[in-house]
Amino acid sequence: MIEKALKGSKKYWLWLGFCATLFGVGAGFYIDQLFNGLQITGMSRDVSWGFYLANFTFFVGVAASGVMLVLPYYLHDQKEFGKITILGEFLAVVACAMCITFVTIDLGRPDRLVNLFLHPTFNSILFFDIVVLSGYLLINIIVGWSILDAEHKGEKPRRFVKPLIYLSIPWAASIHTVTAFIYAGLAAKPFWLTAVMAPRFLATAFAAGPALLIIICLILRKYTDFDPGKIAIKKLSTIVTYAAIAGFFFLLCEFFTAFYSGGAEHTATWKYLLFGEGGSGLQPYMWGVLISTVIAIVLLVNPKTRYRDDTLVIACVLLFVSIWIDKGLLLVIPGFIPNPLHEFNQYFPTLKEAIITFGVWGLGFMVLTVLYKIAISVKMEVGDQDIEH
Amino acid sequence: MEVTRREFIKLAGLASAGAVVTASSGALLTGCSPLVGMEDESLNDTNMGMITIPSRCEEGCTGCIDACNKMHNVPKHDNKDHEIKWIWETEFPHAFTEYMENEILKERMEHVPFLVMCNHCSNPACVRVCPTQATFRRKDGMVLMDYHRCIGCRFCVAACPYGARSFNFKDPKKGLEDPVPNPNFPTRTKGVVEKCNFCSERDIHGSELPYCVEACANKKGGVEASALIFGDLDNPEFKERIEKIQKDEKLIPLRRKEIAGTQPKVYYLV
Repeated sequence: MIEKALKGSKKYWLWLGFCATLFGVGAGFYIDQLFNGLQITGMSRDVSWGFYLANFTFFVGVAASGVMLVLPYYLHDQKEFGKITILGEFLAVVACAMCITFVTIDLGRPDRLVNLFLHPTFNSILFFDIVVLSGYLLINIIVGWSILDAEHKGEKPRRFVKPLIYLSIPWAASIHTVTAFIYAGLAAKPFWLTAVMAPRFLATAFAAGPALLIIICLILRKYTDFDPGKIAIKKLSTIVTYAAIAGFFFLLCEFFTAFYSGGAEHTATWKYLLFGEGGSGLQPYMWGVLISTVIAIVLLVNPKTRYRDDTLVIACVLLFVSIWIDKGLLLVIPGFIPNPLHEFNQYFPTLKEAIITFGVWGLGFMVLTVLYKIAISVKMEVGDQDIEH
Repeated sequence: MEVTRREFIKLAGLASAGAVVTASSGALLTGCSPLVGMEDESLNDTNMGMITIPSRCEEGCTGCIDACNKMHNVPKHDNKDHEIKWIWETEFPHAFTEYMENEILKERMEHVPFLVMCNHCSNPACVRVCPTQATFRRKDGMVLMDYHRCIGCRFCVAACPYGARSFNFKDPKKGLEDPVPNPNFPTRTKGVVEKCNFCSERDIHGSELPYCVEACANKKGGVEASALIFGDLDNPEFKERIEKIQKDEKLIPLRRKEIAGTQPKVYYLV
């Protein structure tokens, strides 16, 4: 099957070349980081986690959101998703791999990564997170590849695949829940110490992931002969709408608890984010996120704009970007501001840090493109008649 | 009863999976890790802690900080973002953030230097979150680090409610003279976390004191007048000594961020 990735149009190769360049430049700067340490980033003694872990957190959500296709297709027999479920599974594979890369490049001593397994520590959430992420990566590789392979050969998928698919559904929820617990389990960080963290993570993930899939589907329809199906995109947009509203509701719940209770520690960070008390570093991003989320929700709730491709794309792009900023920059970084001694020190990623981060994006999109190329070639070859299993 | 090879493997697999689940859920629910300790049985009944008396501190004196930095090869970096701090001085509202809005206390404590450091908590959040047990609690209640095991994930830095942990963003040797101030104490590498170790390298259960305490006592002309007192918090004689100071000087013991539930072992008599 893999040979299908080797035949493609000029555009295909140009895009792969672009991704490879991003990756190459990022890798180059990562070597700089290996030699000089994390001083090349914007992180500091006070804000000790930054852009890398922000992206990690976001992409765990993207990985988990693959389940939004798997679940309706396999549990509720929504046949329209038959053509694109594989896209969700491969997106999960790539997002998981990106997450593991982000955690690794964030380490001060990546050469000691293996210590995580040499000294497994059951009381550390980070240990659990790496375990569930690797597991989810494996499950999705096996499921995605064996189903595609079976389709390719015109056979039924092997027997072990079905149970794995059912396992992947709760597993998807687990990866994002465990990631939320990394943050929500620290008494030292009042901003993160909220029980609504995991539900909010899941809701925004199920909005951002399918939003990305809609964008990808529309791109594929425009630039390739592959048609994901109008109904599939319609149903995806419904999922995005409900998830976006749920995510926004959880954010409003945070506002209520922080401001109505008036608890000094819990409110301090929200005041910093919304009103710039203690420095206005992240304030414009917070308001940008709020405004674009509201616009996206308005566009999605209204059926007229939801069913039009151009307005749907605008809503999806707005949502994807604002959730990326919200779950990344606006969740990880403000947890450290103010610091435990109530001192305000700002953070912003350095250029090198951003280049390394987008290098990982480049790697991700490169692998994703190759996987999608294979998947779509198989789907086109087999045609519409044989997509049930 | 005969057990086939296949059944045996199944059973063994189930049993080990069960063991892992039980161990992990137990660790998660109690939120604590097993005590890692030296084999020395005599440490079992000790519980080392620090008493600081800020009012005895002289403004402008940094004797304790300098002694610690020197003896532990704590680097000095120009960029404040990359600072390494084991023990340092701050003001009352920053040490005790919960009293930030208390104008009366703030006024009373103005110009009183507060020394802050690792609290060697009895319920340490850093130990709970460390994915490799590079930071652990010793039998004598000291929270210590294995710099050779730390992977530099900085989870402990995020978990510490006291900001007591520093990460080596760059090679610490860049912030040290050559040769290093104390060749008998190891320097760390870039990419690991470090913090106050209550001078675990010294004979603190015997005849020696931590460097900071020693420096203060030397300056004040004796342990009795020192602003820093170190000892076994469970030892009746030590307790009596501290209670006497409290009574004589009309002081009450405060601990930082009680609300975090970490049970810190650095007391401030104010």
